Amino acid sequence: MSKPIIATTSLAGCFGCHMSLLDIDERILELIELVEFNKSPIDDIKEFTKQCDIGLIEGGCCNSENVHVLKDFRKNCKILISFGECALMGGLPAFRNGIPIKECLDEAYLNGPTVVNSNPDKILPNDDEIPMMLDKVYPCHEVVKIDYFLPGCPPRADLIWDALVAILTGNELKLPYEVVKFD
Amino acid sequence: MSEKIKFTIDDKECFAEKGQNVLDAATDNGIFIPALCHIRGVKPAGACRLCNVKIAGRLMTACTTPVESGMEIENDIPEIQDLRLAIIEMLFVEGNHFCPACEKSGNCELQALAYRYQMMVPRFPYEFPVKEIDASCPKLIIDHNRCILCKRCIRSFKDENGKNIFAFKKRGHKLQINIDEKLSANLSDEMAQKAMDICPVGAIIHKGKGFDEPIGTRKYDKVPIGSDIESVV
Repeated sequence: MSKPIIATTSLAGCFGCHMSLLDIDERILELIELVEFNKSPIDDIKEFTKQCDIGLIEGGCCNSENVHVLKDFRKNCKILISFGECALMGGLPAFRNGIPIKECLDEAYLNGPTVVNSNPDKILPNDDEIPMMLDKVYPCHEVVKIDYFLPGCPPRADLIWDALVAILTGNELKLPYEVVKFD
Repeated sequence: MSEKIKFTIDDKECFAEKGQNVLDAATDNGIFIPALCHIRGVKPAGACRLCNVKIAGRLMTACTTPVESGMEIENDIPEIQDLRLAIIEMLFVEGNHFCPACEKSGNCELQALAYRYQMMVPRFPYEFPVKEIDASCPKLIIDHNRCILCKRCIRSFKDENGKNIFAFKKRGHKLQINIDEKLSANLSDEMAQKAMDICPVGAIIHKGKGFDEPIGTRKYDKVPIGSDIESVV
C-alpha cells in the first residue's frame, strides 16, 4: 500500500500553526516514514501533483487567492482539517471585520502615520495580479466543507500529532483536557 | 436546626436546605451545573440559561428554581448537554471572542465551559458584530465585544460607598452595559480588580493588568471548570 499523502497550506495565518507542526520534534522523522507530503510550504511544492488524503489548512480567508487555494484543497484532498484559531474563526486578521474595507485600505495606504507622505499619487493596490481583499475575513468552514477542527493558537503539537495518527490509523482520537485550548 | 429536604439529580440522592435554589443545592452535593450569570448569595437572574435542567420533563433554570422535596432533576443527559453546548456556541458567534488576544484567556469562564464541553467550532455562522471598547474610566476598560450581558457586574458590584456603578443602557440587540463615569473615576485598584474578577469573560479589564500569568498556570489551563465542585463530595 502506498503512503497516505498530506498537503498543507497557510492562508490568512502567521505560519505559527506550521511551526507547531514542526514542534512534534523527533516524531517528524516518524511522520515522514508514515506519510508523503505533496503541496506544502514544508517541501515547497507549489501545485498539487496528485490526489491527497489529508489537507491541513492554517488561516482563514481574507482575499480571493485564499478562497481559490482553499477550494483547490477541497478538490484535491479527501479529508480537510482546519487547524488554528484563524482557520476556525478568522483569528487576529478578523479584527478588521468591524471596519469597512475602504477605511482599512485608506489607513494602510493613505492616512497611516508611516505612509501619509510617501504615497503622493494616492494609489491603492489595484492590479489583476494582486488578489482582491474580501469584505471581511471568513473562517474556512464558512467557505468550504471542513471535516475536522483543531483549535489552538497555535494548536498544541501533541494535538496535531494525535489527530494525524488517529486519522492515519483509524483509531478514535482521545482529547486530553490540556491539549485543546483556544490560545 | 433547619430541616433537610431530599431530592435526586440524575438518580443520585441529594439533600438541601429548604428554600435553596437547585443550582446551589447541586453544588453542595458535589454536582456541577454550569452557569455564567450566577453568583452565590446574589439574587439569581436566569440570564445565561446555561444552568437549564429538566424537572418533570420541563426545562427550568436551576438558579431560579427553589428545590423541593422529592424533586427528580435530570442534569447530565445528552439532550441538556447539547443544549448547553449550543448556548456556549451562540455566545461565541454573537460576540467577538478572540481568545488568543484576550487578557482573560485561561481565566475566562466562557472559554473554560467551551473546553469542558469540547467545543471545536460553533455550529452557527460567526456574526462579527460591530461593538465598541470604552476606555474612558481611568481604572477599567469595558470591551463590549466580549460582554455576554450576564448582569453579574450590575447585580453584584458596588463601589466603596455602596453605590452601583454598572447599569444597562439601550434595548434589544443594542443592549449593553454602561459604567458610571463620575463614580468609576474614584475606583481603587483593588476594586477595579474585583470588578474584573466578577466578570465571567474579558469584558471588564483592569487597566494596566493582563497577560501577567504564564500559560500553564492559569485557572483553567490544567483542570476543567467545575472539577473543584465535583471533587468535594
